[in-house]
Amino acid sequence: MNTNGTLLEVKDLRTYFNTEDGEVKAVDGISFQLKRGETLGIVGESGSGKSVTNLSLIRLIPNPPGRIVSGEVLFDGVDILALKEDDVRKIRGRRIAMIFQDPMTSLNPFMKISRQLMEITQLHLGHTRHQAYDHAIKMLETVGIPDASTRANNYPHEFSGGMRQRVMIAMALSCEPELLIADEPTTALDVTIQAQILELIKTLKQATGSSVILITHDLGVVAGMTDHLLVMYAGKIFEQASTAELFAFPGNPYTRGLLHSVPDPLAEQGELYQIPGLPPDVAHLPPGCPFAPRCQRAEEICKREFPPFVQLTADHHSLCHFAGEVYEESKAEARP
Amino acid sequence: MHDEKPIIPGDLDKPEPGLTPDPAPSYREGEIIHTAPEFAIAEADVLAPERGDVIAGSSLWRDAWRRLLKNKLAVFGMVVVLLVAVASLVGPPIIKRTTGYAPDYIPRDAKLIKPFPPFRAPDGSFSWLHPMGTDNQGRDMLARVLQGGQISLMVGVIATIVSLLIGVGYGAIAGYLGGRIDNLMMRFVDILYSLPYIILVIVLLAMFRRNTPTGQLVLLFVALGSVSWLTMARIVRGQVLSLKNQEFVLAARATGVSTPRIIFRHIVPNTLGPVIVYATLTIPTVMLTEAFLSYLGFGVQPPLASWGSLATEGIQNIGIFPWQLIFPGVTMALTLFSLNFLGDGLRDALDPQMRKL
Repeated sequence: MNTNGTLLEVKDLRTYFNTEDGEVKAVDGISFQLKRGETLGIVGESGSGKSVTNLSLIRLIPNPPGRIVSGEVLFDGVDILALKEDDVRKIRGRRIAMIFQDPMTSLNPFMKISRQLMEITQLHLGHTRHQAYDHAIKMLETVGIPDASTRANNYPHEFSGGMRQRVMIAMALSCEPELLIADEPTTALDVTIQAQILELIKTLKQATGSSVILITHDLGVVAGMTDHLLVMYAGKIFEQASTAELFAFPGNPYTRGLLHSVPDPLAEQGELYQIPGLPPDVAHLPPGCPFAPRCQRAEEICKREFPPFVQLTADHHSLCHFAGEVYEESKAEARP
Repeated sequence: MHDEKPIIPGDLDKPEPGLTPDPAPSYREGEIIHTAPEFAIAEADVLAPERGDVIAGSSLWRDAWRRLLKNKLAVFGMVVVLLVAVASLVGPPIIKRTTGYAPDYIPRDAKLIKPFPPFRAPDGSFSWLHPMGTDNQGRDMLARVLQGGQISLMVGVIATIVSLLIGVGYGAIAGYLGGRIDNLMMRFVDILYSLPYIILVIVLLAMFRRNTPTGQLVLLFVALGSVSWLTMARIVRGQVLSLKNQEFVLAARATGVSTPRIIFRHIVPNTLGPVIVYATLTIPTVMLTEAFLSYLGFGVQPPLASWGSLATEGIQNIGIFPWQLIFPGVTMALTLFSLNFLGDGLRDALDPQMRKL
């Protein structure tokens, strides 16, 4: 295994859902790469396809109604979408682990914490009960659960939300996965716990050297955590760049809008900026740019033609007819 | 344990000097669990004298058990059911040893049907030998009622276990797999449902009639079990449908757990509450059906007896020897009442609305 290569490469992934309202293109032609040890952030509004993208990566899309229509997910060179179900199961939890949004419901209420942690290592690492139990305690200590050997025998309802999320992280990292997918891991937690959990993920990531995909709608979260960012809207990647570059010089009106709507504690009291309108109905997208109806910069062409995916620098792409201009504007604003 | 009496934490333990409890915080027993640590300690003293197991997981079962114990009718039901079960098991051998009357022993003076004390036999004789009198053949009614209890309870329990095994598995698989398989499996259940099940059982029993009493009994188990799993399957399927979309199932799948394991290790335990309640309520239903079948002559064959078959014999002589109907009838009614009380109590105790998830 080389340590600097590409761990995950997604090519033209499309996941559609059949609903009564017609075919919903939840994820429509997404491509990105993730290097080993890197953290990738995926941001976007609710319903932009962030979670579906990540469930697609390990083939957990409920079918029916969902189905992965096309694309490749090359994980360490192997196309996960072409694997047999049994082989995918060997990857899940072992090499790709997930942390979910709501720690209150993602633990089985009828199983002791220790049992849930033991299950993974018994399954993937072939641990005996004894080994698995010791490993579970060790993992609970790693994620900072005090008095782990006693707490391991508790049931989930005896844990607070933050503690449960720690347990989830312990579970996810039990087999030292190469890729950790955290799907809005802090959304259901309050701010102080958020910071702790993010710090924990960061520390453990550095310790184990695994790659992380962090899904969130909180730009503050990704700013400090990620190396690269994807901005998703209506099932498509709108902008893609390194985190620093994207925050400094956004090349897409949507990204600019998002960054603009982050409250700035240093700014004078005033009205909070918000992007006008609502996210589009993905079942009935207009032919042009999906963001056009809400875009301040939109012109006639935006409503007619689907925008191109413009390359701004070697590592910076933006889906917009006017990507270049927006990029220059951002640079101009940043300079003085 | 006091029912719903406010507990003021301070006066349960030795009150610490200087620490006065808040003015009358009316905590009820069940609610204390999630409050501050000092209350938890007070609760530990009240509810669990062994301090050790307060730290160990307070599982949902423990909470349910606690709630069940507060329900007087349910406790009454539980006690009666246990008493009847124990008496049925150990009663007949004890009677045989003390009085010599096995349930199927026909004495030489069989012609003389004895009533239960304090009534005298027609010839004026009196004895405590048969506390429930004798039947037409002079067999001891107490021994027969207890032995009938064995059979009746066994029919109820075994048929329920069969319905548990088939129903839970079937319902869980249908619910979890969903889609076309679910549709097919549940339509099959619907078809069986639409058949009048008493007639189905009668046909089964008549078609495969066995010559030995035990053979007939086994057939009865199979026949009753094979029709009583339908509702169980529906209940479990409904539960599984609502559980399978919960995040912990997704989380289990995301850790690579296999489908059978998810169904039986992760989902089925979560359905146990309703399953236990329904199983408890199935036992009396099955027992009643058995009594009905025995009444029609399809059930348990003599010399074996069940409460149903005893009642059948008794009803023929109801004018002259009423005890032959009264004793098996009352015992059975009492047991069925108790099982229903217990089932209702369990439902309240395990009610998902009250469950502290």
